[in-house]
Amino acid sequence: MIPGSEHIIEITYFIAAVLFILALKWLSSPATARHGVWAGEVGMVLAVAGTLLYHGIVDYKWIAIALVLGTIIGVPLGNVAMTAVPQRTALSHAFGALCVTLVGTSEFYLRAPNIAPFMMAVLSLEVILGGLTVTGSLMAAGKLQEILPQRPITYKGQNFVNLGMLLVAIGIAVYLVHDPSAMHLYPVMVGIALIFGVMLIVPIGGADMPTVISLLNSYAGLSAAAMGFVLNSKLLIVAGALDGASGFILSVNMSKAMNRSFTNVLFGAFGQVQTSAAGAEAEARSVRSATPEEAAAILSAANKVVIVPGYGMAVAQAQHKVRELYDALTKRGVDVKFGIHPVAGRMPGHMNVLLAEADIPYDKLLDMDEVNADMPQTDVALVIGANDVTNPAARSDAGSPIYGMPILDVDKARTVMVIKRSMNPGFAGIDNPLYYVDNNLMLFGDAKAFVGSIVRELSGGGAHG
Amino acid sequence: MNKADLINSLYVFMLAAFIGFEVIRRVSPLLHTPLMSLTNALDAIAVVGAIILAGEHKSNLAAVLGTVAIVAATSNAVGGFIITDRMLKMFKSSRTQKP
Repeated sequence: MIPGSEHIIEITYFIAAVLFILALKWLSSPATARHGVWAGEVGMVLAVAGTLLYHGIVDYKWIAIALVLGTIIGVPLGNVAMTAVPQRTALSHAFGALCVTLVGTSEFYLRAPNIAPFMMAVLSLEVILGGLTVTGSLMAAGKLQEILPQRPITYKGQNFVNLGMLLVAIGIAVYLVHDPSAMHLYPVMVGIALIFGVMLIVPIGGADMPTVISLLNSYAGLSAAAMGFVLNSKLLIVAGALDGASGFILSVNMSKAMNRSFTNVLFGAFGQVQTSAAGAEAEARSVRSATPEEAAAILSAANKVVIVPGYGMAVAQAQHKVRELYDALTKRGVDVKFGIHPVAGRMPGHMNVLLAEADIPYDKLLDMDEVNADMPQTDVALVIGANDVTNPAARSDAGSPIYGMPILDVDKARTVMVIKRSMNPGFAGIDNPLYYVDNNLMLFGDAKAFVGSIVRELSGGGAHG
Repeated sequence: MNKADLINSLYVFMLAAFIGFEVIRRVSPLLHTPLMSLTNALDAIAVVGAIILAGEHKSNLAAVLGTVAIVAATSNAVGGFIITDRMLKMFKSSRTQKP
């Protein structure tokens, strides 16, 4: 033991807490954001180094092995493709919650039956939230990675079953608060939380993933904060509170962007109603389509173009072709901006990352309100792989499942062009009346190939310029 | 944990939550993905609790669970910081980009 190490530990924790808050503060602007990562790293290393000085540690071997093993797993997880970031994030929620749940479980068995009521209450909160986040996040990651079916799976009485399970887990927690010596009940409580996490995500579809990931983020943070109470660690409470607050703010943003409440996301099983109806209706109405040559001519004649990318663009890996289109049009003096819906992509801000990866400057990426204000003065709105976020039924059709959801008003531009494989409805299975309006042109084809042909037309001798 | 510690902890939680709300509300929607990966990495500070469990070796169960918990949290910290930095590196403005 090093004399005075207690104080050193406390000081490293304090500095780490300050650095963590600064890290998030610096993240407010892309110009300073990378300082935020450095601050976080320094804080983390300081706190870990401080902890290693702790006099109660008798055995360093396993700590060292675990730290090395964690690093070996962490490096590839930090180097996944940008399209895979949502599932990586879900997986890291699961890992974070796993750590918290394991620590909580160890603490329970070390202390039981001598646990004060408040401590047992917080510990229960820690492992219930942690447990459901572990399995819930694994399920979400599985759905995002398409290992599991993405369509919502529902059955009669689902909400009752789920609510019932949660109530039983809480009931056990209450019992343990009164009588912590009933140690055999503890694994039951954790087990129910783990199953509950699975059941919670089963009915949730891919389009709701941004909200669900944010919500799981919030749970992971809150369970870490609860762990801070159990271990009497203020640093953990601070980090958990920051993470919880961040997840909560993002969840609220996402819910607002879809005009839905948390409960509706979690208990709603979105958009599985209309799938059969949409196909039949589409046959009856006529759509206008255009070739790459026509599309290139219209684009090069425009002054202002707004490109609306959706998850379909990422699936088709079309970002880099879109960048070439941006370059070709900008060279011709066309003002090109991107309109990003908050729920475009599979997690908050995902689309911005994909476009930044394709080297599109971030000041060209506008959020929904900015772009909608500009839309009536826009010559061409080009929709690539987005569907529901451009669906005017959200404004006009009170019967639509997405009615009231804020959308990008692409139909207010002079011309709308939609790149789409076919007339099949989008992820949520909702028909899009945008495709039948007079100023809309359908560009049928694969997003990457089609944008590629437009680029070739634009650069092919300037015949249409 | 005695009563005074508990009250202190509650104050810390309350203040940190408020700071979190105010600071994070100002994060541009552009950076919401890096925000989530960074807060995730910071959350891996739970590793300090796991290190103590594994190191103290008060019971075999605690040591094993603590060791697994260190692996989980460390991979989050390492992976989270790496990917956040990779993402942030890609964000360039059109002013700095042009020669």
